[in-house]
Amino acid sequence: MDVMKKVPVREQDPQVRAHNFDEVCLGYNEQEAMEEASRCINCKNARCIQGCPVNINIPAFVHEVKEGNFEKAFHIIGESSALPAVCGRVCPQETQCEGVCIRGIKGEAISIGKLERFVADYAREHGVEPEKADHLNGKKVAVIGAGPAGLTCAGDLAKLGYEVTIFEALHEPGGVLTYGIPEFRLPKKRVVEPEVENVKKLGVKIECNVVIGKSITIDQLMEDEGFDAIFVGSGAGLPKFMGIPGEQANGVFSANEYLTRNNLMKAFLDDYDTPINAGKKVVVVGGGNVAMDAARTALRLGAEVHIVYRRSEAELPARAEEVHHAKEEGVIFDLLTNPTEILVDEKGLVTGCKVVKMELGEPDASGRRRPVVIPGSETTIECDTVIMSLGTSPNPLIASTTEGLETNKWGCLVAEEGKTTKDGVYAGGDAVTGAATVILAMEAGKLGAKGIHEYLSAK
Amino acid sequence: MYPIRRAEWLAENIFLMDVEAPRIAKYCEPGQFIIAKMDEKAERIPLTICNYDREKGLITIVVQVVGASTLRMSRLQAGDAFMDFVGPLGRPSDFVTEPFEEVKNRKYLFVAGGLGTAPVYPQVKWLHEHGIEADVIIGARNKDLVIMEEEFQAVAGNLYVTTDDGSYGRSGMVTKCLQDLYDEGKRWDVCVCIGPMIMMKFVCKLTKELGIPTIVSMNPIMVDGTGMCGACRLVVDGKVKFACVDGPEFDGHLVDFDQAMKRQTIYKTFEGQAMLKAKEGDTHHGGCGQCGGDK
Repeated sequence: MDVMKKVPVREQDPQVRAHNFDEVCLGYNEQEAMEEASRCINCKNARCIQGCPVNINIPAFVHEVKEGNFEKAFHIIGESSALPAVCGRVCPQETQCEGVCIRGIKGEAISIGKLERFVADYAREHGVEPEKADHLNGKKVAVIGAGPAGLTCAGDLAKLGYEVTIFEALHEPGGVLTYGIPEFRLPKKRVVEPEVENVKKLGVKIECNVVIGKSITIDQLMEDEGFDAIFVGSGAGLPKFMGIPGEQANGVFSANEYLTRNNLMKAFLDDYDTPINAGKKVVVVGGGNVAMDAARTALRLGAEVHIVYRRSEAELPARAEEVHHAKEEGVIFDLLTNPTEILVDEKGLVTGCKVVKMELGEPDASGRRRPVVIPGSETTIECDTVIMSLGTSPNPLIASTTEGLETNKWGCLVAEEGKTTKDGVYAGGDAVTGAATVILAMEAGKLGAKGIHEYLSAK
Repeated sequence: MYPIRRAEWLAENIFLMDVEAPRIAKYCEPGQFIIAKMDEKAERIPLTICNYDREKGLITIVVQVVGASTLRMSRLQAGDAFMDFVGPLGRPSDFVTEPFEEVKNRKYLFVAGGLGTAPVYPQVKWLHEHGIEADVIIGARNKDLVIMEEEFQAVAGNLYVTTDDGSYGRSGMVTKCLQDLYDEGKRWDVCVCIGPMIMMKFVCKLTKELGIPTIVSMNPIMVDGTGMCGACRLVVDGKVKFACVDGPEFDGHLVDFDQAMKRQTIYKTFEGQAMLKAKEGDTHHGGCGQCGGDK
């Protein structure tokens, strides 16, 4: 064994997995996990803990894995995270825990994400359950949204003895874990549902089909239904479009729509009613994780797929692993390319996408080099489907129906340390930050739970 | 689960259901919609609320069989239940939130076409309960397709029924009826028009000429209905709007109907296939030109 290198993780062969929705990464077995864990040098001043947004005691759980005490490892993670099987799969570890790992200076960082995933999967397969609060404190908290922020916040509060109800707008809990991230990256029945069940086992109630701001408002929850505090984790909202000609044509989708049809409504399975217009040749515009998910979904539905992104590979906001997987599977990357018009036939169907080539100029406000159009570089990519993956703007439903809840100029809820401008109301996740990652939403959920606990303890 | 308390046919292919959904019935208003999902594998189907009973916690929906999902839904009976039923979604009709002093001095005309008759009902009823008698035109292809006439008689000011083939009431389409009434000297401050998109388009064309501000209720394809997927986008006054959160009601004189009608057709092939499958069941062996069964 080379201690400088990660124990490799088994994956489905790219040629095979490009045609199915089964999970790409197969994960470690017990031996592989113990071997990988033994590479950890158990630093006194563990930088990985600081690198983790929810501050999991990483060296401690890795140590237990090394010793073969997987159940103990699960409870150590459980002190900080309610969704380890999810985080082990979708966190951008390379910029967080693994990015600061001492082992990574001379060799490869410890595979913390894969170990976390292993521990969570082991716990689920062996019926290890999270530890519930031993008494209730008599206070009620409502959590809006059963996504990563809401589930985390609810889990933390339940462990402190609060009576927590999550209100979810869709017909299934999970938020982006259910409607957004595809099956091949995050299996629903095997991973997401059991993680949600674990949160329920802590005593959390989940009521689906309730749209806060419409079915009932925040004020009504506090006044009529007796909730002492609220956490808003309602997630991202309306998809952004480019504002170029042809965007209303049949065959232009937001990534949200394409992924929701496929993941939440299971359009990829024959016996589900919701249709999806898979496309034969698909252009995905954007370079984030959502763009990769949409591209790899279209590929599995049988399309030739092009990612069109206006900057270069170095600026792709997606996790390195997703880009790598997408390439392996055959997604074509048209980088430094930007659409200027979607071509439409007389029936209103997409026939192609006019694009221009770009080059990188001076750094802009985000610190990244600004892409500039190369004059005379216009070409056309023939396609029948265009998926816009340009991010989202916040959902207006809650802010517009709640007196005293302020938003910033982008429509995001204003929250400092999780506390909004309305007494007793906390918020976090995409509703506050705009589109971000699962783990950052979880961090915000934790912060919200801490804030609510302090608020209600002082009352 | 959301139990069905009443299920009956109003006309060929049009059925009504009262569904128990207390949370929705408590706060819903005219103009809003719900999304219904029959069972695990069903689609999410947006349906405009056609009546509500706050005390009994009931929501009335009226549905036309247009595809496989609505055909399956039509087979549900009282005592069955929807797995998911969510709402109220969208914004209430303007008159619910506008200053009542302004609303009560207006003369309202409702133009309802076919299935669109049902969602007009709670609006006319609301106005009636607030002392405002609105004129209503109900249009249908023929006598058998005229729905809810009795209910309307109880809440409308003047009620005009017109059929395309003249088999009942006045003869001709709603636009003819509207023009005739106008020529007879009737005047209104606001027109609210709900029906097939093509009908709304032509009513709006006419009311624009007649100078009557017109509100339409758009019913585009939706998935989540809560402002997330963007499937329901349409162009209003040159800007992209989302029917689920910005609507479903819009200024009819500003809606790009041609674009909206094109967007309605996107899943037509899928719907046709699914419909054949649902109707013919195991006996389906091709003929739809899509499934390959006839090769």
